[in-house]
This record gives sequence, C-alpha cells and structure tokens, in this order.
Amino acid sequence: MDTTVTAEVDFDVIVAGAGIAGSVTAYRLALHGHSVLLVERGPSPGSKNLSGGVFYCRVMEEAMPGFLLSAPIERRITRNCLSFLSESSFVNLDYADDRLAQSVTAVSVLRAKLDEWLAAQCEEAGVVLMPGVRVDALVTEDGRVTGIRAGGDELRAHVVVAADGVNSLLCRQAGVRGPEPLKHLAVGVKSVIGLPRRVIEERFNLTGDSGAAYAIVGDCTKDLGGGGFLYTNRESLSVGVVLRLDDLARSGESSAELHDRFLTHPVMEAFLRDGELLEYGCHLVAEGGLAMAHDLTRPGLVVVGDAAGLTLNTGFTVRGMDLAAGSALAAAGVVDAALKRGDYSQEALDAYPRELDKIFVGKDMRTFRRAPLFLENPRMYGDYGRLLSDIMYGVYNLDTTPRRHLAAGAGDALKNSPLALLPTIRDALAGVRAL
Amino acid sequence: MSKNPWGTVAERLDRNRYETDTEQPHILVDQEEAARAGAGPLLARICPAGVYSEQTDGGVGVLYAACLECGTCLAAAPPGVLSWSYPRGGMGVIFREG
Repeated sequence: MDTTVTAEVDFDVIVAGAGIAGSVTAYRLALHGHSVLLVERGPSPGSKNLSGGVFYCRVMEEAMPGFLLSAPIERRITRNCLSFLSESSFVNLDYADDRLAQSVTAVSVLRAKLDEWLAAQCEEAGVVLMPGVRVDALVTEDGRVTGIRAGGDELRAHVVVAADGVNSLLCRQAGVRGPEPLKHLAVGVKSVIGLPRRVIEERFNLTGDSGAAYAIVGDCTKDLGGGGFLYTNRESLSVGVVLRLDDLARSGESSAELHDRFLTHPVMEAFLRDGELLEYGCHLVAEGGLAMAHDLTRPGLVVVGDAAGLTLNTGFTVRGMDLAAGSALAAAGVVDAALKRGDYSQEALDAYPRELDKIFVGKDMRTFRRAPLFLENPRMYGDYGRLLSDIMYGVYNLDTTPRRHLAAGAGDALKNSPLALLPTIRDALAGVRAL
Repeated sequence: MSKNPWGTVAERLDRNRYETDTEQPHILVDQEEAARAGAGPLLARICPAGVYSEQTDGGVGVLYAACLECGTCLAAAPPGVLSWSYPRGGMGVIFREG
C-alpha cells in the first residue's frame, strides 16, 4: 500500500501538457471534485500543438458533452478521398456520404484554436491552468513519482499525468520510456493555406460546414514511407506530407523539399492556387502502433495520448486525437478511483492499461497491430500507385487500338511494371488482413 | 527542387510567430561528435525548419530561433551529438493555426 497518502500535496493531480489528452484528463478529474493543476509550456494552450487536422471526435460527446455544438471545429468531414498520386496521374477512391454529416464522426480542427477552448473548459470546471511554464522533470522518491519540477520550484501531487506529447521528454528523462526506433516515427510537415470560404466550397464540391479529407500516397513522398494529406478548414486548407523517419534518414531527401514538391505538384497546385500562406509547421508522429503502447504507468504516474504512443495509421484513417481523448477518459477513471482509495501504487494505476484494452483505444490498436509492418512495404509508396495509374490509362486511353478486358489489361500493366504477380497477390492479402 | 510559391523555408518562417529566448539556446551541438558521426548533412536534410546547416569549416550551424520544436532531429541524430530540450516556458514558436 501507498505510504504517501498523508503526505502534503499541492494538488491531487498535476497534468503536464494541455493538449487533448492532458486537457480531457484534467477536465474529467476536476468534474470528480479533485484539485487539478494543468501545466502548459506554451504561452497559451494550443500554441505548441499541431495536428494534420482530422479529429474523429465522437468520443468527445462522452468526454465533454456538447462538444460538437460549442467547440471551435472547422468543418464536418463528409467526403473522404483515398488517392494515389503519380507524376502524371491522380487516381481517387472518392467517398461522399450524407450519413457522415448526420452522425458527425470526423471534423477538421486547428489545434491552436481547439486546445485553447479545451483548456478554457478545464478552467470552468475548476482546473488551475498554468500556461507559459515548462515542466523540467518529474520528481521521484523511492521509485514513485511525487510531483514535478518547473523553473526551480517543486510541486507535489498524489498522481502526475504525463501528457507532454510524442517526444515525452519527461518520461524519457525519468527512464520510464526509452527512445523509439526510427521506423516508429514520422515527421509531418504542414502548411496552412488561407482561401476564401466560397473558393474552398467550389474547389471541393462542399456546402455549408461540410468538409473533405484527402489521404494521398505515391509520388508525394518520392516513394518514401508516408503520404500526403489535404484537409479543408473553414477558410483555409491544411496540406502537407508525413515522412517515416527511417526512410527519410536513409534516402538523402530533404523534408522541406518533399513538402514543397508535394504542394507544387500540378494536382495540388490546382487546389491551393492563389492561397495565402498562414503558417508553416511540423510535428512528430508516432507510427509504431501497438508496439509503442508500453510503460504507461509507474507508481504515482500515468502516461496519456501521444506521450503513450497512442496513434494509429490504418492507411485510410490516421488517428491520434481520438485515442488521446479515449486514453484520457480511461486514465481519469482510474486516477479518480485511486484518489478515492488513497492508493497510487503501480498495481492500482495498472488498472489504466487494462481499462484501455476494454475500450476502443486498446481494441483498435490491437485490431490494426499488423498495419505498421504492412505500411513498411516500400511497394505501397511507389510501384502500386504507378500500376493503378497504368491500368486506368489502359481503360480510358481509347487510342483506336482494340481494347482488352480489364483483367487482361491489368495483367499487361503488371507485366510492364517491376512487380511480380505472386508478391502482389501476397501484398493484397496482407493488406486485407492488416487494414 | 520545386519552387514553392510561398517562398523559401526562411521566408515562410518569417510569417510564423516566435518568442525567441535570447539568453538560453535550447539546442546545442557537440561539434566533435557531429563531425565524427558525419551528422551535419543528415540534420540539415531532415529538419523541416532548416535549423541546421553545414558550415564551410565542417561544423554544424544551428539557427535555434527557427525551431518548430518537432523533435525530428533528436530522434534521428546519432547519440551524443545533440543536447535538445524544449525552449523555456513561454518561449519558442507560437502556433496561431496548428
């Protein structure tokens, strides 16, 4: 049992980092009546935070009821495109559905605005918000985390929540989580391009607050693992590339040049034309899936969101913010119970990873556990896009030579590509199983 | 190299907002280690903000004020080359969009 129950604390809980995971954890614990300090190194919450931009936000209806009505969301995503880009072609699986507008499962967001709002909800719920303060280290005594050190001061709490993002220097310094292999990480490089509302709606065939999301593979990364993205906001577009670090380090390519190359591709240029650059930014992305979700607790410590490696790339959807909110809900429930019992031991807090496994966070991480390995396959980022483009060219390029059936045409395209039939079938089966 | 209509990386970063910590740089390079590991070209390529540059004397230049605080360099640099932390509270890049 814990012996620090009677020790003086400044707060019941200290949360390091006011992103989605940190703010939702703080909010829920304040609603349960606990004293909570939320420390954020940015001068205002959101000012250090950056996402590609699609939030699968259904979980927020549980985390913060009324989220959809009052949060500063950009657009409701009703059109999803999975696109294969080659130097000359753009092959799209374009899925638009009014039902997506009715159910609202995905919205585009800009984090500087969203996270400021989330932190304001926290303050309304009684959380003490401390912006502009960097947490320098976790304070540990006899193997248990007892507080934080910031700017020479120490603050004590029964439980510390590390919500300090994908790099989680706090967990690294404390030896809780080590550095990840490069193949588990990617860098997202993003531009926000301002355009008038009407222009966006015309270019993307949208009305009202509906929005479009493109996930793009192929020529956008010069065959490196990763892809491009293009999301519509109210009056801007979020556009950029995500580059897996192992491939990027090996390749000799420059991240900024790959970003520029993607934005100036003729297909992208048509979407972005005449826009005004509002911001250029980047962010590290966890790509390891289930392999990264380890070491989530220590006595007196729980790790949530990106810091816990909770992100998921299924090829179709790239998720992080929903898993952050889900992990926050799970963590808040477990910490609430721990505070009520006065037991902050490893054993007590290990209920948190077990709780994750019971809800969509752990279940989805497990379901898509093979996705990272499948997405390591270099053929995904080069040859398959070119093959698809050649097949489609054969279908539509009616140059007065006699046509062949689709299967025969596809066979010809395959023969003319560097791909062999059997590995291609094997990849297709692996993809169906992994994704 | 593709010409970005919104300018070079440096020109684009000029539109971003920063509160530069002029007293304490948050990135330090161990030049000897960097030279030994040949880390200069890698750092110059992977950093989206162009923080690192190869100097004519073989050293690695560090424009820490341009840093977007993503951590890519920390993840990819050979061990011992970088000493990297986040800027002190309230300092560094201030995203207005995110």
